[in-house]
Amino acid sequence: MIADWLDIGWLDQIPVRGSRTVPVAGGEEIAVFRTGDNQVFALVNRCPHKGGPLSQGIVHGHSVACPLHNWNIALATGSAQGEDKGCTPVVPVKVVSGRVLICRASALQAAA
Amino acid sequence: MELSGNDWSGEAGGSPDVPPRREHLVVIGNGMAGCRAVEELLARDPDRYRVTIFGAEPHVNYNRIMLSPVLAGEKAFEDIILNGHDWYRDHGIELVTSDPVISIDRQARSVMAASGRTVSYDRLLIATGSDPFIIPVPGHKLDGVISFRDMADVDRMLAAADVGGDAVVIGGGLLGLEAAHGLTLRGMKVTVLHIMPTLMERQLDEAAGWLLKTALEARGQTILTGADTDEILGETHVEGVRLKDGTLIPASLVVMAVGIRPNVRLAREAGLAIGRGVHVDDHMVTSDPAVLAVGECVEHDGNVYGLVAPLWDMCRALADGLVEKPSGYRGSVTSTKLKVAGLDVFSAGDFSGGDGAEDIVLRDAARGVYKRVVVKDDRIVGAVLYGDTADGGWYFDLLKRQADIAELRDVLIFGQAFASGGGQADPKSAVAALSDTAEICGCNGVSKGMVVSCIAKGAKSLDAVRAGCKASASCGSCTGLVETLLALTLGDDVEAGPRTMCKCTSFGHDDVRREIVAQGMRSTPEVMQRLHWLTPDGCASCRPALNYYLLCALPGEYIDDQQSRFVNERMHANIQKDGTYSVVPRMWGGITNPRELRAIADVVEKYDAPMVKVTGGQRLDIFGIRKEDLPAVWADLNAAGMVSGHAYGKSLRTVKTCVGSEWCRFGTQDSTGLGVKIERMTWGSWMPHKFKIAVSGCPRNCAEATIKDFGVVCVDSGYELSVGGNGGIKVRATDFLCKVATEAEAMHYCAAFVQLYREEARYLERTAPWIERVGVDYIKARIADDAEGRDALAARFLFSQSFSQEDPWAQRVADDARQHAHMAEFRPEGGMA
Repeated sequence: MIADWLDIGWLDQIPVRGSRTVPVAGGEEIAVFRTGDNQVFALVNRCPHKGGPLSQGIVHGHSVACPLHNWNIALATGSAQGEDKGCTPVVPVKVVSGRVLICRASALQAAA
Repeated sequence: MELSGNDWSGEAGGSPDVPPRREHLVVIGNGMAGCRAVEELLARDPDRYRVTIFGAEPHVNYNRIMLSPVLAGEKAFEDIILNGHDWYRDHGIELVTSDPVISIDRQARSVMAASGRTVSYDRLLIATGSDPFIIPVPGHKLDGVISFRDMADVDRMLAAADVGGDAVVIGGGLLGLEAAHGLTLRGMKVTVLHIMPTLMERQLDEAAGWLLKTALEARGQTILTGADTDEILGETHVEGVRLKDGTLIPASLVVMAVGIRPNVRLAREAGLAIGRGVHVDDHMVTSDPAVLAVGECVEHDGNVYGLVAPLWDMCRALADGLVEKPSGYRGSVTSTKLKVAGLDVFSAGDFSGGDGAEDIVLRDAARGVYKRVVVKDDRIVGAVLYGDTADGGWYFDLLKRQADIAELRDVLIFGQAFASGGGQADPKSAVAALSDTAEICGCNGVSKGMVVSCIAKGAKSLDAVRAGCKASASCGSCTGLVETLLALTLGDDVEAGPRTMCKCTSFGHDDVRREIVAQGMRSTPEVMQRLHWLTPDGCASCRPALNYYLLCALPGEYIDDQQSRFVNERMHANIQKDGTYSVVPRMWGGITNPRELRAIADVVEKYDAPMVKVTGGQRLDIFGIRKEDLPAVWADLNAAGMVSGHAYGKSLRTVKTCVGSEWCRFGTQDSTGLGVKIERMTWGSWMPHKFKIAVSGCPRNCAEATIKDFGVVCVDSGYELSVGGNGGIKVRATDFLCKVATEAEAMHYCAAFVQLYREEARYLERTAPWIERVGVDYIKARIADDAEGRDALAARFLFSQSFSQEDPWAQRVADDARQHAHMAEFRPEGGMA
């Protein structure tokens, strides 16, 4: 079922401790993160707090700090950390032979 | 070491407890040993002796060990002073500098200095240290051949490095490698010649020596081992070095660092007993009971020492003897904990192996760590650590105590934390387990017992400990240990110093900055590795701070880490609440023209910017630009000759001006012109926080210069400079700094002040809270009163600016506009684009 995974590009296109975005027509943008230990995560590009673009935050460990108000969001679960409450939808993602693939169904659902 | 309350009126016949005439102690040598001996003496009995110290150098007592950081540019001479002029004055010590003693008359009990001055003594202390050994190869007297021993040598090396070119360092011991490191950092191409097969063979075994060589070569030095110098070439000045195997190495500077030998000339001519050094007994008394000797110039029980730790032991024994409570010196077992060119190296005891000796070795190539402990009969006899020396003190303590390690043997090599209860052991217990004699601060020879007693005497903070016993006051690598001791000794009573940077570290901002400079750290991962960061790659709070500290410490060398910058600085625009950006082009001094206005109007239309607004800093802010449009916006503004206004950065923002004498009927000077000049000088500079400047043309102050970080108010007779203003959450008017006569001076003071702020304020600390923290008097002392320091600050600022004045917009348009584009687009109906 190749169609289950969408190929969005080379892993090398995402800077280490950085991210790139993938807009979904008719839905919300998805942010794809690459961490310092070369793992890849994808979230809807929206902080649960005030909608800040998480893709523009500072990636540290397996978290990202929202650029608007510095909420820390866990990349694996999308949950706000510490005292903060809220969750951003997560999109399953994997790397195969250096290509980044995101789960098509989840992307559609998350972005709907 | 404070003077006791009673005054010295006893000399005029006061209290019967005070002898009518104090004996005169004359010290030959104003170095680490001589002054330390006097310090120890004063600590025991401040009133007993009248003290005169002769120094051959023109300086006060400084830390010779720290000459390397001075050479490397990490410290200034002032930073390595151990006792300043006030110390001599406060203790009634007469200091004679630049006038070396040339003879001792033991019959007359007097010494004579080069100037002919004769001073009589009751007790004489010889602390003449040692001289660098110069190999007498042909050419060794040529101009450009120097040793590495005192401040004058450092000055000579710095002068040579200013010219640049090739340098040869003869000697691959600690001193030679430090010289090579400093000269490399100063931009010279350095070759190290070492006659032995491995570097630092007296401190390191072959494996550690090899690791060190590899690491130094990776830093650009050429290291030749087994290299035997045949001749230094040149007519009047050094031109090169030829080795016995015929190899020719060009060089305009040759540093000889092959060793030192005790300086015993005076003692020998005075007829004292001499071996390799001046013979002393257990109380540091020479063959003449009125003459004592201490430090590198002495030979005790057949041993001559060239390290500081024995020197401290000797000085304690000496001072005890001088106050007639003799304790006795029994020789020292030495360990060496070194930072060679920023690389951690430790050795102690005998690691040569031999009969019955067993080696326990751990190598961790990935971490660059090598550890070797030599064990004989269940006792540690030697240790060599490379790359991770944290457990050096523990091994050395076990070695000195001759502790039975049979029980620990299996886990010994993994270090104290592991050996005392697994990898999760509380680091405090490790420090608690250290014996009182364990060394905490190698720079100043301070043991655990001394730190604890300093705390017991009332020191409740790191700074108080530093002031009280000097632990952690030099290179600072023991700061963590001292803090642990404070916590162990005082529990909750520790007075919090500066808070830690963030949850990722136990260090405060100032500690981290000092360590970056002291250890010559060059990248964020290196800082995190060396300072034991608790998280794999920091957090959103420490990463931008570290990035700034490194940029500030190493202008031109440190490569900016984009991923450690806040989004605004990465996007060169201000993120707004809806995720769009606002863009501010620079308007020099608030001046604009039709072309710029047209370009801005065009951008507003072309990119549908919903708003354009005049800012408080006299510029135009274009709102509502989409991230993906940023590169195009910059390109359009660049095309009209405009550059980034840095309105987004922790950086110089604007220089606000009024119209000044050109138009205003009250204006006294050309405030607009000066504002433009200042902005041209300061733009692009990264700072701990945003920084604003204003220039007003008269005391009516239309540019509001007195609520800016740096403000100039022009008056008839010149320029009034003031600093530390803030119009933000908490309004603060500036403090008056000083008045200067010319525009050039105003700019010079501005550059110096900006640099002081850049170098000393904590990240995200604006000038107002910084000045309230350090005090405006401190700022005045550094900027207004200290001409030399001011020049140096301004020079460092301008040097730094030579790398940072590049328009980030133009750069990013050229480099990686791609980063602003989407990685891919997904259209559910049509698949991928």
